[in-house]
Amino acid sequence: MVFLENFRIALEAIRANKMRSILTTIGIIIGVAAVIAVVSIIQGFQYMVNREFQGVGAAFVSVSVDRQSQLRGLTARPVRLTWEDGKAIRDQVPGIRQITPVIAQPVQVKYRDLNHRPVVLGVASDYQDVTNHAVEHGRFISSVDLTHRRKVAVVGKRVVEELKLGDDPIGKKIYVGNIPAIVVGVMEDKGQILGEDRNDLVFIPFDLALNLFGRGAGEQVNLQIQAQNTGLVDEVKDGIRRVLRQRHRIPADQPDDFRVIKQDEILNSINKVLGGVTAVVSGVVGVALLVGGIGIMNIMLVSVTERTREIGVRKAVGARRKDLLLQFLIEAVTLSLVGGGIGLIAGYGMGALLVRTIPGDLPPAHVPLWAVALAFGFSTLVGVIFGIYPAGKASRLDPIDALRYE
Amino acid sequence: MALIDLRDIEKIYDMGAEKVRALNGVSLAIERGEYVAIMGSSGSGKSTLMNLLGCLDTPSSGSYHLNGTAVEELNDQELAGIRNKEIGFVFQTFNLLARTDALHNVELPLIYAGVSRGERRERARRALERVGLGARMHHQPNELSGGQRQRVAIARALVNDPSILLADEPTGNLDSATSTEIMDLFDELHGAGNTVILVTHEPDIATHAWRQVNLRDGRVLSDQPTARAAVGA
Repeated sequence: MVFLENFRIALEAIRANKMRSILTTIGIIIGVAAVIAVVSIIQGFQYMVNREFQGVGAAFVSVSVDRQSQLRGLTARPVRLTWEDGKAIRDQVPGIRQITPVIAQPVQVKYRDLNHRPVVLGVASDYQDVTNHAVEHGRFISSVDLTHRRKVAVVGKRVVEELKLGDDPIGKKIYVGNIPAIVVGVMEDKGQILGEDRNDLVFIPFDLALNLFGRGAGEQVNLQIQAQNTGLVDEVKDGIRRVLRQRHRIPADQPDDFRVIKQDEILNSINKVLGGVTAVVSGVVGVALLVGGIGIMNIMLVSVTERTREIGVRKAVGARRKDLLLQFLIEAVTLSLVGGGIGLIAGYGMGALLVRTIPGDLPPAHVPLWAVALAFGFSTLVGVIFGIYPAGKASRLDPIDALRYE
Repeated sequence: MALIDLRDIEKIYDMGAEKVRALNGVSLAIERGEYVAIMGSSGSGKSTLMNLLGCLDTPSSGSYHLNGTAVEELNDQELAGIRNKEIGFVFQTFNLLARTDALHNVELPLIYAGVSRGERRERARRALERVGLGARMHHQPNELSGGQRQRVAIARALVNDPSILLADEPTGNLDSATSTEIMDLFDELHGAGNTVILVTHEPDIATHAWRQVNLRDGRVLSDQPTARAAVGA
C-alpha cells in the first residue's frame, strides 16, 4: 500500500519539476541510449555475419597470401599464391571435396547502351558448391567452359536489373570490360552483407578473368575450399600448410607467407571485433551512467532540502524512517527509470536511423529483450546506489527541526 | 491513570558549552475529554512541552505515560506509531502538502497507518465534512483561504481518531474573524468528546479552554480551571 502511494508521490514530484527532472536524467538517457543503439546494431551485424558464414558451413577453409609477411620483409620476393598452388593442394592434400580460386575486381560491364560497374569474379566451376551460392536460372560456369576458355558469364540479380537484361537474360551478350561474354546463368539472391551487395556480381571463368585483369592478378589469388567433412578440417588445414610451405620453399624457422583460415576462425575474428566495439562502448556507457547517477544524487539532495517541511509533517503524522527512506529511494529510482525509458526509445530510434544511413540492407535495428532488461536493471541500480544517501538523509531528519525549517 | 500523565519531566538541551534546562520538573495530568490551554511566553518551555506531549521528542528524565504507554522508553519507530495513532497535530502554519488536494492531505496519517485505499478515502471524506469542507475536497491548499487550510489540517488531525488534538498556535496566522471560526470548531470538537490541548501565548485563545496551565522558566507556574469551566459550556 505504502509502496504504491510512494510511487504516486514520486511521479507527482517528478511531474512538478519536469524540466529539472529531464535535465537530471540526461546522463542516464545518454548512457542507456548508447547501449541500446550499439547493441541493436551489433546484434544486427552479428546476426548477418553469422548467417553468412554459417551458410558456407563449418568445413569451409580459405587460403590467402599473408600481406603482413610481405610488409615485415620476411621474403625477398613478393608473396605469391597461385591457382597452380591450388591445384597442387587439390592433388596432394587428402580430404578436400572442392576447391576454387577467386580473383575479383570492379569492372565496367555493358549491355547495349547500358553501363554498370559490378565486381567481377574469376572462379572455377566448384565455386557455387564451395561457397554455397547457387545458380537460380541457367547454369554455372562448367569445367568445359574453363578448359575451352569459353567467353561466358553468370550474373547476379542486381546486374540483371542495372543492365535491364529482362526476365530471360540467358543467351544475351554482354561486355565484361572489352571481352564479349554470353550470359549462361543468374545467381540466386544473396542479399547484402556489411554494405556489400552480394547480388552485384559477375562470375567469369578463372582464365578469362586472368586475361581481363592481367597476369599479375594470378599471383595473389584467394583459394576457397570445402573439406569432405567437418572432422577433416584441421587435417586439411595442416596438409595445405605442408604443401604450400614446400612449394614456397619456406625454411623451417620462417613463418608462413600465407594464411589458412577455417570458417569458425573467420566467425571468431569478426565476433572479436564486434565484442571489442561493445566493450569500448560499455566503458563510455559506464561513465555516462556514473555521471547520470551523480546528477540524480545531486537533485535528490536538493529535493530533500526543499521538502524538509514536508518530511517534518510526514513524520509528525506517523511516517517512520523506513517510510521516508522508501519514499525518496523510490523517487530516485523512478527518476532513473524515466531516464532509462527515454534512453531506450532514443537508443532504438538512433539504431534505426543509423541502420537506414549505413548503405546496404542491414537487418532492422533489433533490441533484444535482455538489452531492455539490462537498461532498466542498470537504471534501477543507479537510482538505488545514488538515491540511498539522500533518502537516508531525509529519513534521519529530526521531526522538530524539520517542522521548524524555513 | 490519566490519559496524559507527566511526572518530574526534565528536558535538557546540550548547547555545546552550556546546558539549557528547558523543562525543570514538570508534573501534569490530563484526563480524557479535557480542554487545556498551555500558556507561557517564549522561552517558558511551552514548545518543548508540546514536542514531548506530541511524542516528537523524549524527556531527559521523568516519566510520560500516554494512554497507558510509557513514551520515554520508546524508540524512533515506536514513537512514529504513537504519533500516528494517538496524536493529531494542528500547526500554526497549517503544514499541508503543496500540490496535493485536501482529500489526499487528510488521508496522509491513514497511509502510514496502513489503511486500505477505499477506507482511507471514505474516512478522509467524513473528516472533511466534519470540519465543513465537504465541497472543497479536491481543492489544493493554494486554492483555499487560510481558515479553510486550517480546517483541512484539523481534518487531518482528526482522521485517525487520535487520543489528543494538539494545536500549536492554531490561529497565529489567521485574522480575528477566521480565528473565531477555528476556535468555535475546536470548542465543538471538544464538545463532541475530543481531548484538546492548545499551546498558545494569546490569552483570548486560551479563554476557550476549560483549564489553563501557565509555564515559566520550565516550571508550571499555575494550573487552574478557566471561567469557561465554571459556566460549563
